[in-house]
Amino acid sequence: MNVLPVLAELRVTASWYLVLGAMLFSIGSVGLLVRRNPLVMFMCVELMLNAVNLSFVTLARALDDVGGQTAVFFVLVVAAAEVVVGLGIVVAIMRRRPGANADDLSMLRG
Amino acid sequence: MLTVAWLVPALPLAGFLLLVVFGRRLGEAAAGWLATAACTGAFVVAVGCLLDLASRPQDQRSDVTTLFTWIPVGSLNVELGFLVDPLSMTMMLFVTGIGALIHLYSIGYMHGDPKFSKFFLYLNLFVFSMLMLVMGDNLVVTFLGWEGVGACSYFLISFWQTREAAASAAKKAFVTNRIGDWGFMLAMFLTFQAVGSLNYADLNGAAAGLAGSTATAIAVLLFVGAMGKSAQLPLSVWLPDAMAGPTPVSALIHAATMVTAGVYLLCRVSPLLHEVPNVGTAIAVVGIVTALWAATVAIAQNDIKKVLAYSTVSQLGFMFIAVGSGAYVAAVFHMVTHAFFKALLFLGSGSVIHGVHDEQDMRRMGALRKLMPITYITFMIGFLAIAGIPPFAGFWSKDEILAAAFQKSTPLWVATFVAAGLTAFYMTRQVIMVFFGEARWKHEPAPTLSAAGHDDPEQGHVVTPHESSWLMTLPLVVLAVLATFGGLFNLPFWDGTRRLEHWLDPVLGEAEVPLTLSTSTLIVLALSAVAISLVGIGTGYLVYERRRVRAFEPAVFADGWYLDRSIGRFAGGPGMAAFEGVAWFDSHVVDGAVNGVAGGVRWSAERLRRTQTGFVRNYALGIAVGAVLLLVWFATRGGF
Amino acid sequence: MTVETVVFLIAATIVLVGAVGVIVRAHPVHAALSLVLTLFGIAVLFVAQNADFLAAVQVIVYAGAIVVLFLFVIMLLGVDQAENLRIEPFRLQRPAALVTGVALFALLLLAIVQGEITGQKSAGGQLSGEEANIMVLARSLFSDYVFAFEVTSVLLVIAVVGTVILARRPPREVADETGAVER
Repeated sequence: MNVLPVLAELRVTASWYLVLGAMLFSIGSVGLLVRRNPLVMFMCVELMLNAVNLSFVTLARALDDVGGQTAVFFVLVVAAAEVVVGLGIVVAIMRRRPGANADDLSMLRG
Repeated sequence: MLTVAWLVPALPLAGFLLLVVFGRRLGEAAAGWLATAACTGAFVVAVGCLLDLASRPQDQRSDVTTLFTWIPVGSLNVELGFLVDPLSMTMMLFVTGIGALIHLYSIGYMHGDPKFSKFFLYLNLFVFSMLMLVMGDNLVVTFLGWEGVGACSYFLISFWQTREAAASAAKKAFVTNRIGDWGFMLAMFLTFQAVGSLNYADLNGAAAGLAGSTATAIAVLLFVGAMGKSAQLPLSVWLPDAMAGPTPVSALIHAATMVTAGVYLLCRVSPLLHEVPNVGTAIAVVGIVTALWAATVAIAQNDIKKVLAYSTVSQLGFMFIAVGSGAYVAAVFHMVTHAFFKALLFLGSGSVIHGVHDEQDMRRMGALRKLMPITYITFMIGFLAIAGIPPFAGFWSKDEILAAAFQKSTPLWVATFVAAGLTAFYMTRQVIMVFFGEARWKHEPAPTLSAAGHDDPEQGHVVTPHESSWLMTLPLVVLAVLATFGGLFNLPFWDGTRRLEHWLDPVLGEAEVPLTLSTSTLIVLALSAVAISLVGIGTGYLVYERRRVRAFEPAVFADGWYLDRSIGRFAGGPGMAAFEGVAWFDSHVVDGAVNGVAGGVRWSAERLRRTQTGFVRNYALGIAVGAVLLLVWFATRGGF
Repeated sequence: MTVETVVFLIAATIVLVGAVGVIVRAHPVHAALSLVLTLFGIAVLFVAQNADFLAAVQVIVYAGAIVVLFLFVIMLLGVDQAENLRIEPFRLQRPAALVTGVALFALLLLAIVQGEITGQKSAGGQLSGEEANIMVLARSLFSDYVFAFEVTSVLLVIAVVGTVILARRPPREVADETGAVER
């Protein structure tokens, strides 16, 4: 089997991580566009944020710079705050209209 | 005095304004005297300016007074400026002088008319406009006057507006003039584009440097304007109809002043015309064709004023022949002498019309010479002047034109020669029909060509004609004196007597084509001119007095060679079709485009509206697509 | 085939499975659990890249707090009905979303493959040095980015206060014998 030597030489480079991040991001965006449940949509946003975090860490390692990790730190904090507020809004809405989803918001219809 | 040159147009303007406010209150006589005083005052100031100008050395005889900047827009700077130089001085003098005489005459002529003060109001406004025309130092001020005289002509022709003929004639005059104005305006636009300024000084200064096509275009367009104003073929149709207005109007506007505006304009831009001799030839051709056409038509007219109207058109043709041949001085000379004798003839005809109680048909006149002696004598003087009999003024000016035509081209001279003969012929016919022969006014009056505004309560009665009041005969006498001695301005004998030529030399000198004919040729030409005039008079005498030869007045002459009719048929037929086409184009293509744009906007908005679904997820999709497109841009153009 | 490669492959698989699970599962609770899977995978990848502190924070904050919060909300509010994924009101939405997702991935891939990582090395602080990761991170945070740090702390306060107000039940008026309104 001559594939084993190739496999043996396989090294993970920064690009691999970045590609994984890109995939994760795309999946998250597709989910955001397709799902109607607001909580699931939120989770897709979290996916996208995580993809970005992964990219930051990868590049921090590639450039040997801690600034990337600092950025991840902040993204994490802000994502948390965002989730808090977002869920508060969802709670406030869901209390009035149980079973509401994103498509109910159509008053801006032209 | 030159510093107050602006008073010359200002006085008639003041007269106009005063009459607008107080005219009716002043009533008859007083309103007329006020207007006459305004015009006479302007004449006095003009004489003062003349003395001032003449006291200067010859090369400094040009004074520009700028009152204010009228139109400062970007690179276009039009000022309200007056240019007083020998040419405009000449015009100012005879406009105000003859204007004053006609104002005086009108006090007598319009006696009893209910709109007496309005008449003088318009007359003053006309004099003001005409002065603006001749005194302007740029094309725009001239155009202001140009339009003003056109408007006043409209008002005055239709003065007795309840008469159908007068109202139509006024409209015709205005519309025909408008065609000329179109040419003038295009010339102004071209001038501004080519020269960057609308001043005469700048235009004439840059004339030598203009491209040939540009200079030709400007000259031709200005000539189109002149054709409209000075009634040359084919824009001559308005002048005979304009006789529906009161006779003083015909005298002032359609003989002495407004119609000469075209000739003045061309003389003013003579340096430009000098650069394009082909246009000069075209002008001369139009002139001679018009002159011959009008002379033939005049032979067959029966209305006393129509004969004079066609005669005016013919004489204007003579002036254009002179302009086209490069003899600008001759053109101006003839303009001046023509003003004298034509005004005289018109005022005389007005006196005759008044005398025979508003009858204008010459077939109903006759043998008036004993009953209206002053009118008769002055009319005869005018007749001799126009026929070109020395020593009266007309002979000298017409002879100059003939000499210039001879130098330009022999066929041109032959045609002009024939026209001169015809002039003598039809004027003889008129004089005989009016003043000699049997007293046809004694016959039962039939409803033919009726004249003035008020219904004649004496229809059916035969009243003996009478001489007119001093208000009307005094101007006649003054004009007769001028027509007799007017030739002194420019006698051709030797250099010292060519006063007008020297006077106008600073303005017209460089463009003037000098006469290079030998003295013997000139003498022969002069003698032949006298000869043809005598032949014309003699023939007229034989045909109309002695009745030896039958009169030749075919319908084609009487109808103006069917010019009016053909214009009517063209405008009604193919012209109308063309207008309909243009209207269709306007409503479908132009409006269609505009409405189409609006419709297109509405259609696309209707489609675009669909994107506003109101659903967040669609908007999110939009954002995602936008992000993708942005990345595409980076991929293709920006480079990663 | 180094250790890192193996770790990467396994963790990547976990991450992707979890991500697909989030977007595919109809029941929100299932989706939340898939999210946890993804977050753990990410944490593993963080460790593989020597970002220890961040991995810890990821697990504690993201997987531990945020997802729990999600689950609380899902269960407390009774939003546990499965979404009907069969129907889609806009016929264009799903195909367009898929196309957009694929295009997005393709373009990012292009960027990654064609591009180079450029930038000043160690501008913030050296990661690969002797110091522990958390020390380097702390130094960067409290010196270069101290302003942002303070601002985010304010942000957290605001978020908390805001949410408390948002989620409050509107006050109900209760009248007692004296007619006064008691809240």
